[in-house]
Amino acid sequence: MLEIEGIQVYYGDLQVLWDISLKIDSGEIVSIVGANGAGKTTLLKTISGLLHPRSGRLRFLGEPIENKSPAQIVEAGISHIPEGRKLFTTLTVLENLELGAYVPKARQKRKETLARVFRLFPILEERKYQIAGTLSGGEQQMLAIGRGLMALPRLLLLDEPSLGLAPQVVKNMFEVIKEVNRFGTTILLVEQNIFHALGISTRGYVLQNGRIVLEGTGAELLQNIHVQKAYLGL
Amino acid sequence: MTSLLLQAIASGFLMGGVYGLMATGLTLIFGVMKVVNLAHGEMMMLGMAISYWLFTLAGIDPYLSIPVSIFLLFLLGFFIQRFLINPILHASEHMQILVTLGVSLILANSALLLWGPNIRSVTTSYSLETLWIGEIVLDLPRVVAFLFALFFTFLLYLLLKKTELGKAIRASADNPEAALLVGIEVNRIYPISFGIGAACVGASGSLIIPFYDLTPHVGPPFTMVAFTIIILGGMGSLSGALIGGLLVGVAESVGAILLSSSLKSVASTTLLVLVLLFKPRGLFGK
Repeated sequence: MLEIEGIQVYYGDLQVLWDISLKIDSGEIVSIVGANGAGKTTLLKTISGLLHPRSGRLRFLGEPIENKSPAQIVEAGISHIPEGRKLFTTLTVLENLELGAYVPKARQKRKETLARVFRLFPILEERKYQIAGTLSGGEQQMLAIGRGLMALPRLLLLDEPSLGLAPQVVKNMFEVIKEVNRFGTTILLVEQNIFHALGISTRGYVLQNGRIVLEGTGAELLQNIHVQKAYLGL
Repeated sequence: MTSLLLQAIASGFLMGGVYGLMATGLTLIFGVMKVVNLAHGEMMMLGMAISYWLFTLAGIDPYLSIPVSIFLLFLLGFFIQRFLINPILHASEHMQILVTLGVSLILANSALLLWGPNIRSVTTSYSLETLWIGEIVLDLPRVVAFLFALFFTFLLYLLLKKTELGKAIRASADNPEAALLVGIEVNRIYPISFGIGAACVGASGSLIIPFYDLTPHVGPPFTMVAFTIIILGGMGSLSGALIGGLLVGVAESVGAILLSSSLKSVASTTLLVLVLLFKPRGLFGK
């Protein structure tokens, strides 16, 4: 579904991603784990068109997307839920969701998708006229996911969905991600919470200093000594 | 004295409505792209000039030329943003100040070049009509200006709250990166927002021409007033701009009778300082 071949990404003159290649098949949950500053968020921003690679290829459903704008990429079927949620905090819950379906293709089906999102997150329907900034952390993350789903994505990019949430809420969040996946959305998950992330993933990649150093199934990576060394300090 | 005071409050309130519309334009521009438009007063002058010339050359009533002002100022604002502001949107603030200040100088001096420094006014059949409410006398053109200004502010509010475009504008103001990620082409929203802001002030210009004299240099005091209002109301807040407009209108007009009319901005500036002492981000600031 998504194929990345040898991309090099820079911030100005600073190279952040080195020769990254990965692929995601339809229906998978793929995790990218790695320490702070490893380049995980940069990779997601490159996929969603906020950044463009200096070289290398990105293909989504067979189409090259490395030179497309964020709007075109949303339209193509990739929805990016950024780190820190980035809600429209002064707008209502409902307005946030409506804006999630801003691109023409999603806008036509806005009503049905909204009903689906409300079935998945009943709390959002209860709070639909509330200002988004006044929701609790867990509710804000649900709204962020809901807003991402409103674009009717084939592939959902999730950046640190568990960030800043209470442990109980985190567990819940990963259940939600699994459920979204069961309904047919492929998921690329970036997480520092590697136990939960690899636990629900079909496959994963380990990113270190802008390079992919390991890949494998979720279970393999969890057991891998390198992972334990790098992230658990064993 | 009380009736004089009431009189001042009433006429200040009427002018305050127009101030509100003018400041709404400024606060919209600032709220969406964090650009301070120092050419705001000159855009007001252009709105006045459009209605003045259409009246003088073609006999068109100033109220009928409001749509022309709105349209032309929208285009002006759109293209100023597109070609002058957009390239420096991410540069430091003083670059933006230089650009918008430059635009203001060019507009004022083009007007000077085109029709000279003379004071020009529009006299219509209803210019001197008045309405009596108890002991208070209100000039008809000011009442009409007030009502139109409220109406346009309400229309803008509807546009921002109810339409797809309006929601996209508010989303871009709230969080530009998130707006990009849901597929809003923020770079297309910016010139439209600047155009709408300019249209608000253009309409305000047309509304005051029946009772306010036009000169090429009428602009800067309006820029000052608009800034006082949006700082007082809260930068980027629409309701702040309207309420702030009414407050500043009343403060100026009461200040003019209590002090002297040349000191009227002392009153509004004092009000500004007082508000900022207690609410540093303005009345409706976040």
